[in-house]
Amino acid sequence: MLFHHGEQLRLERLPAERSRIIYPPEPLAGLDDPDQAIRDALENPIDSEPLSALLFADMRLTIAFDDISLPLPQMRRPDIRQRVIEAVLDLAAEAGVTDVHLIAALALHRRMTEEELRHAVGDRVYDSFAPRGQLYNHDAEDPDGMTLIGTTRHGEEVQISTRVATSDLIVYVNINLVSMDGGWKSTATGLSGYQALRHHHNVHTMRQSRSFMDRESSELHRSNWRQGEVLRDAGIKVFQIETTVNNDLYGDGPLKVLAKREWEWTTRDRATFMAAKAGLDRLSPAQRRRILHGWRAPYAMTSVQAGEVEAVHEVTTRHVYDQQLVPVEGQTDILALGLPYICPYNVNSIMNPILVMCLGLGYFFNLYKGRPLVREGGVLIMSHPTTPEFHPVHHPSYIDFFEEVLAETTDPLVMEAQFEERFATDEWYRHLYRTSHAYHGVHPFYMWYWGSHALEHLGGVVVVGGDPATVRRLGFRPASTMSDALEIASDVVGRQPTITYFKNPPLSMVDVT
Amino acid sequence: MIVDGLAGTRIFVTGATGFVGTALVERLLRCVPDVQLTLLIRDGRRTTAQRRLEREVLRNDCFDRLRGELGADGFAEVAARVRAVSGDVGSDGLGLDDDGRAALSEADVVIHSAATVAFDSPLDRAVEINLMGPVRIAETLARLGASPHLVAVSTCYVAGNRRGAAPEEPVTANPFFADLDWRAEVDAARRTRADVDAESRTPERLDEFRARARSELGPAGGPLIAERTESLRKDWVHDRMVTFGRSRATSVGWPDAYAFTKALGEVALTRTLDRVRSEGGPDIGCTIVRPSIIESALAEPRPGWIRGFRMAEPIILSYARGLLREFPGVPEGVIDVIPVDLVVAAIIAAAAEGAAAAEGAAAADSPGIVQVATGDANPLRYQQLVDRVRDWFTERPLYDRNGQPIVVPDWTFPGRGRVEGQLRRATSVLERAERVVAALPLRGTAAQWGAGIEEKREQARRALSYVELYGAYTECEAVYGVQRLAELDSRLSAEDHELFTLDPRVIDWDRYITEVHLPSVVAHGRARSSPSKRSATARTDRLRAQVLAPERQMAVFDLENTIIASNVVATYSWLATRRLGTADRVRFVGRTLLEAPALLAQDRKDRSDFLRAFYRRYEGAPVEELRQDAAEHFSDLLLTRSFPDAVRRVRRHRELGHTTVLITGALDIAIEPLAPLFDHVVCARLGTRVESTRSGPTEVLTGHLEEVPPTAEARARIIVDLCSELDLDPRQAVAYADSSSDLPMLEAVGFPVAVNPEPRLASIARKRGWLVEDFGSDFGHKVLPMGPAWRERRTGRRLA
Repeated sequence: MLFHHGEQLRLERLPAERSRIIYPPEPLAGLDDPDQAIRDALENPIDSEPLSALLFADMRLTIAFDDISLPLPQMRRPDIRQRVIEAVLDLAAEAGVTDVHLIAALALHRRMTEEELRHAVGDRVYDSFAPRGQLYNHDAEDPDGMTLIGTTRHGEEVQISTRVATSDLIVYVNINLVSMDGGWKSTATGLSGYQALRHHHNVHTMRQSRSFMDRESSELHRSNWRQGEVLRDAGIKVFQIETTVNNDLYGDGPLKVLAKREWEWTTRDRATFMAAKAGLDRLSPAQRRRILHGWRAPYAMTSVQAGEVEAVHEVTTRHVYDQQLVPVEGQTDILALGLPYICPYNVNSIMNPILVMCLGLGYFFNLYKGRPLVREGGVLIMSHPTTPEFHPVHHPSYIDFFEEVLAETTDPLVMEAQFEERFATDEWYRHLYRTSHAYHGVHPFYMWYWGSHALEHLGGVVVVGGDPATVRRLGFRPASTMSDALEIASDVVGRQPTITYFKNPPLSMVDVT
Repeated sequence: MIVDGLAGTRIFVTGATGFVGTALVERLLRCVPDVQLTLLIRDGRRTTAQRRLEREVLRNDCFDRLRGELGADGFAEVAARVRAVSGDVGSDGLGLDDDGRAALSEADVVIHSAATVAFDSPLDRAVEINLMGPVRIAETLARLGASPHLVAVSTCYVAGNRRGAAPEEPVTANPFFADLDWRAEVDAARRTRADVDAESRTPERLDEFRARARSELGPAGGPLIAERTESLRKDWVHDRMVTFGRSRATSVGWPDAYAFTKALGEVALTRTLDRVRSEGGPDIGCTIVRPSIIESALAEPRPGWIRGFRMAEPIILSYARGLLREFPGVPEGVIDVIPVDLVVAAIIAAAAEGAAAAEGAAAADSPGIVQVATGDANPLRYQQLVDRVRDWFTERPLYDRNGQPIVVPDWTFPGRGRVEGQLRRATSVLERAERVVAALPLRGTAAQWGAGIEEKREQARRALSYVELYGAYTECEAVYGVQRLAELDSRLSAEDHELFTLDPRVIDWDRYITEVHLPSVVAHGRARSSPSKRSATARTDRLRAQVLAPERQMAVFDLENTIIASNVVATYSWLATRRLGTADRVRFVGRTLLEAPALLAQDRKDRSDFLRAFYRRYEGAPVEELRQDAAEHFSDLLLTRSFPDAVRRVRRHRELGHTTVLITGALDIAIEPLAPLFDHVVCARLGTRVESTRSGPTEVLTGHLEEVPPTAEARARIIVDLCSELDLDPRQAVAYADSSSDLPMLEAVGFPVAVNPEPRLASIARKRGWLVEDFGSDFGHKVLPMGPAWRERRTGRRLA
């Protein structure tokens, strides 16, 4: 079986009689004319007047768009955001709107670089707006730039960018890569700050979100929806545009082998795989990173819908499920994952150990509807090198989190109580978040909380091929080979466990019955 | 004879802080009832003679036995019988005050054991102490009209380079004795010192020292270079005087300056006593005791007791550590070693007999000569010694830094010439390697590897010096007669025999080597005799804990290569190319690479000049644009190349409540975004002026520094000033820096830390026991960093 192993690839054997593999569905066909589809969606929105009817000459218009964490990997030019924004700006120009701001809705993520912004919105948009200060990154720590809107009936504060709060219309441009994205989470989270986020980015909420990929069962989304209501009641008008893409990561080129089922591999596929593996193994980590992060996926747009936030989101989620949902019968004792080189928080960066935890126990574990793929008390085996490497610009607070917090505890409740506040309000981290390209000081905590449901649910986590000291620091157990890992897991789940290999990416989501 | 002969007498001892002296004082106190001791001790630089007596003599583990036997009170009572007088055998009249003179004139016995025993003493020092010392004692006694019995400790090796029997007879009786005028030798030695000193001050020599100091310390600033130059000059004078001593000694038939000056000392003493007697002065009886190579105690005060590192110990340890693979010598040759307690017993016996003679008993011939050696009565063959040592270390190996046992090499008994040749070659290869390493731009671990080479070279050089120094002794084939020692022994009473052993035949060599001497050497040399790896990391941990203790008040950081792996040239290059088109970029790279060697050379020479000249390039640069770009430069260059461990350390100090300070030659605009990390930032500032450009009046840089850039010794000043301004104590400050040009800053504080040190600083840090931190490698590795290409098409040149 092919396993992603960070920036490398590995072939592993799984016991034949007890293992099953979940492959992602084939890519759906894309829309024939995405630009036309976008224009149609804008003119025929769901539960809303057409966008052109909402625009008027003297208005304050704010276009917010998803940041660098979507999609993964980045898509080939033109980015969907560019297509949508250009369509929106055309309409705005027709209506004579001049006060337009474009904001990368990155919440507590790192600021996007010029290069990244250009990729997302296109050079034409960038060159017309950025030099005039009308295209910029959201700054959740700007003392003059954030407004407290109110509190929800659950006492959650609702905070949003002042520009957004004072706009006549917000157009939010989404790329819904997974079912977690979009809806009120776009505005209530993406354009908000620590004061509001801490009400749902916490251990309690994450443990009640089963999973956070399934909106109906997700406390995270319920909280966001409540905050959304407050926004709506405060008169903040959001015109939501959501898009979905298929799962075509590799195109029809030689890399297609990575998306194929192993038993369908031709001799040529084998040769391609061996060459790719050997090539990657021989490169330095920095070179591997440069090559892999340089990959632009040929995703095709499968749907676009616009209008009222909640109604739009319903339709979008259906489209996401169409592409990704795989029905699975019954849980498993051991869930095996091959973690790839990328997660939402290390685009053009390094996948540090905390992100490894978050990708495995946060994202991949939660890609379920109904029940987790692995039974309660089961074991998660992840394949990843887990080297203690950190990006000094992007992840400064992660380094300290790893050295100071994880050295003390891996219990999310303890870190929430003892350390979160200090990191969240640290002046230096705040400085780096605002002026450099650093994730917010509190962000590593959120990464850990993302995995708190899995931590509670699992009987153990084994990392294959990981740096032993680092893996232990994470509270997991290191194994050098898959068979060692299965051996270690047998302490928890017995000698004859069932194994499910959930092959990701390309992304899919299981519906476990 | 001894006990009743010396009981209640007053004995005046010189050299009490030495190996033999300490054992002698202890033995007299322990075994001779009611003896009163006066010790002639030189005042220390900051301590008095009395204080040195307490600290360096009475607190030595030699007295542990006595202390144990008597208890604290009993010991204090005994210790009250000892007192120190301040003086120096190196100055005329022994530098005694009235009190000291009184003590000397009242003495019944004077035991002179002060000597410079280093075989590589400078000529004049050996002459002043070893030759003039005994003369001064005799003359002072004569002037005081006192006639105690004088026991002078000399050495068997006064017999010089010869084969065969060396009986207990005066040096002058030796048929090979070149009839030297001792006074002429003294004058010559003093004159040589003056000449060598004069030569060391010639401009040619001083230039040479200065050049060496510069290459050792790099651009560390004037005062430090000057200090180092002066110390190099003193070292040079010292080395020259050592060479003069060795040459003079060999030219007249002695192995080294020590034996040579000791021999002339005996001659001079005898002649002075004769002159005093013939001039009608007091008749001072004298015994000369000549031990051979004195080593650890056989039994008294305890088996294996030793003080200081002597001749055989460093050689043995070097061998056990695998550093010294060969040592010259003939396998059947005799190594004349004598345990210190036998020497002490012989001295006391001679003193007792002398005291008795002075009271009018049977007059022995003066001076009496007693040799305390084993070569005649109980010889130890070189082969036997080597075999025992090898067996012993094979069974109980020493361990290297990594906890691995060191295998001892086989000994092949090569000739001296061959060993010296090998070592000389090794030393020169290592010296060359060291120079190469020093010239390479190494950092951190690699530079410490350079320091490792330096350590190896140092070891090889030391091994070479052992061979040069002691080789003659292992190859010496003289056999020292102990006729008179045997006679002295035979005159001892039964009671004396119980307390004092001076017969060398009692030594069982195998037992002495394996059970007494080697365990003592290993313990004394603090050699690693167990495979634990901890000590090195424990030391680092301890130092780190000191640095991070809450009572520290300030932490000062250098920037370049301490917190970030970058420099002013990289910053300039980044900022200068930020708004350039492709063609201009290529031209820029070409030009900068061409200039690089000259820039580097200037930087190495003087950091301030370099900065001053380099910053001229910013002339005319618009301030506002630079400021905008600097924000980007912060992420793209500074943070990318920062050491996360270093940043965390700064923050850690801040958390601990220490005042954090950044001192750097970098430009204020460029490092502005880093400022929030520190409480204070001291950096270079350029002047500004307003120029009218197409877009109206613009503030531009003048390219001239507004004040002296904070480099080298200026940094020490800054720290001191800042401390007094903030009411902090520099001794409670920590400083982090990477290069020897930061030495003044490191030396200005109580807790210096070398971060990713370059080779010169690595070497200095190792020698001084400073904490060395490896803050790890940075993330980006561009040779010449450039700003990302300017995408908006209005590129233009801005910086020269």
